[in-house]
Amino acid sequence: MATRLKTIMTSSTFWRGLAAIAVFLILWEIGARSKQWLAPEFFAPFKSLLGAMGFKRDYLPWIGAVPAPSTVLATWASVLGQKGYWQSWYMSFFRVMSGFIAAMIIGIPFGLMLAVSRMTRWVAFPVFEVLRPIPPLAWVPASIIFWPTQELAITFITFLGAFYTIVINVLGGARSIDVRYFQAAQSMGSSRWDIFRRIILPGTLPSIVVGSAVGMGITWEVVVAAEMISGGGASGTIGSGGGLGFFIWNSYVGGSYEQIVVGMISIGIAGFASSELLRWLGRYATPWLKAR
Amino acid sequence: MTAIGVARPAIIPGEISVRGVSKSYGALHLRKEIVRDCSFTIERGKLTVMVGPSGCGKSTLTRLISGFEQPSRGTILLDGEPIAGPNRDRLVVFQETALFPWMTTWDNILYGPRARGELTKENLAFAEFLLAKVGLQDFRDKYPGQLSGGMQRRAELARAMINNPKVMILDEPFRGLDAMTRELMWEYYARLYEENRRTNFFVTTDIDEAVFLADRMLVMCNTPTQVRAVIEVDLPRPRKFADLVENDRANDIKKQALSILHAEAMRSFSRGSKAAADFVDAYLKRANHS
Repeated sequence: MATRLKTIMTSSTFWRGLAAIAVFLILWEIGARSKQWLAPEFFAPFKSLLGAMGFKRDYLPWIGAVPAPSTVLATWASVLGQKGYWQSWYMSFFRVMSGFIAAMIIGIPFGLMLAVSRMTRWVAFPVFEVLRPIPPLAWVPASIIFWPTQELAITFITFLGAFYTIVINVLGGARSIDVRYFQAAQSMGSSRWDIFRRIILPGTLPSIVVGSAVGMGITWEVVVAAEMISGGGASGTIGSGGGLGFFIWNSYVGGSYEQIVVGMISIGIAGFASSELLRWLGRYATPWLKAR
Repeated sequence: MTAIGVARPAIIPGEISVRGVSKSYGALHLRKEIVRDCSFTIERGKLTVMVGPSGCGKSTLTRLISGFEQPSRGTILLDGEPIAGPNRDRLVVFQETALFPWMTTWDNILYGPRARGELTKENLAFAEFLLAKVGLQDFRDKYPGQLSGGMQRRAELARAMINNPKVMILDEPFRGLDAMTRELMWEYYARLYEENRRTNFFVTTDIDEAVFLADRMLVMCNTPTQVRAVIEVDLPRPRKFADLVENDRANDIKKQALSILHAEAMRSFSRGSKAAADFVDAYLKRANHS
């Protein structure tokens, strides 16, 4: 692990990435401070144009209305000490993970069933295909009514976010396994169970990994929106931890624009961390792919 | 090689006879006959090579003999018994490679015994023997993706041989290898055959390959495919590639086969199909070569 860290630290990709982030932050800082640096006369020529577009006239459009990274950082530092902020992290992670794990536990066997059993395909696939295009967020009202607690409702929405992607990937992966592998296995005397265990399952594994990674991304998108819409779960106050989505919504309602950005970046970090974790697990599960 | 002292299972070569086999695909007016009333014998303990233009239905015949598909008409017998489905007594080495990418070389070779619950001490020793035989001891824990093309084919030969089939079926196994590796694989495969004298059925589009390897050569015509000629290749064994380049008898056989293929090409050409054009191209390349 230590050597891996060292390789990362010495790679030019890592430093280039860091430099790109730094440049982005600097540009953002400059843009956000434009109202302090630029005299109002500077904007005079654009007055009517910007005014017509609905902007206040004493800062650069768009970026000038956003809090500067320095103030965001300061707010972040103060928020770090609050129990509610960490509670939000915990709640969102918990919801994402329960929804995601449920989607894997149900989605992987279901996808494999669809792939191997024609009967299952006939019965379940049409229903699945009709339900699939419904966006998870369209399920919010129905699931609030249906599930006994708000917590379950939000978890169900995140589950839906990952479920369809995982099923479709597993199904597609299993169906695209080269027919020669089945023929070879068959002629060497494999039973049906053996073919499932030794050919279909490992043959589908790369697709399971890809499907999970994509599903994880969708789960984060969905959980945040679900938290905003449903008011952050059982007790809709930031102190009791309504999740990062609710953290953002609450900051918006409370007028703390810095905290909105803190929440957004937190979700970015959370999503990135979960994807990395998944990629790392995926590499372990499919050692033959990295060996190329 | 037996000095290692491995108890190797006795090889029992089988004989396959294809009798009046036809195979069509598609329904109603789209129905296309790929194989028509085709009959030939894959003789016991001999290396039979089927040579013909690409797309002529050789692979279809291979699938029928392997049992992956059933003929529309006619029968295929192994030692007098009609074949029913794929079985370990007829093992296929596929075009390109069909090693399982998620298993190491060792697990690939042991697949057959493991699937049948025959992971005995004898079979493990035999697997070890075969691994050494194909020269992959240092690659036993590597995945197929880490092996070169030639190594993959050798691993696949070992994976088939551990099941001790009565007939080995090889469908253009060396396609996609570079010229140098191909020649090495020919010599390697010929030696393997000469040691075991198992019944082998080898499918190819390459005349040089066919003449070098074959005891008997089946020259096929274009779709619907049939055997156009059977040529006995009475060249001495063991064969070395370098010896055969200057060998008059080998060149005679090659010319004989080429003239049959040429007549076939002309016949197809007059019908003006895409396959015919490919055929003529392939023929011209070969003719200039020899």
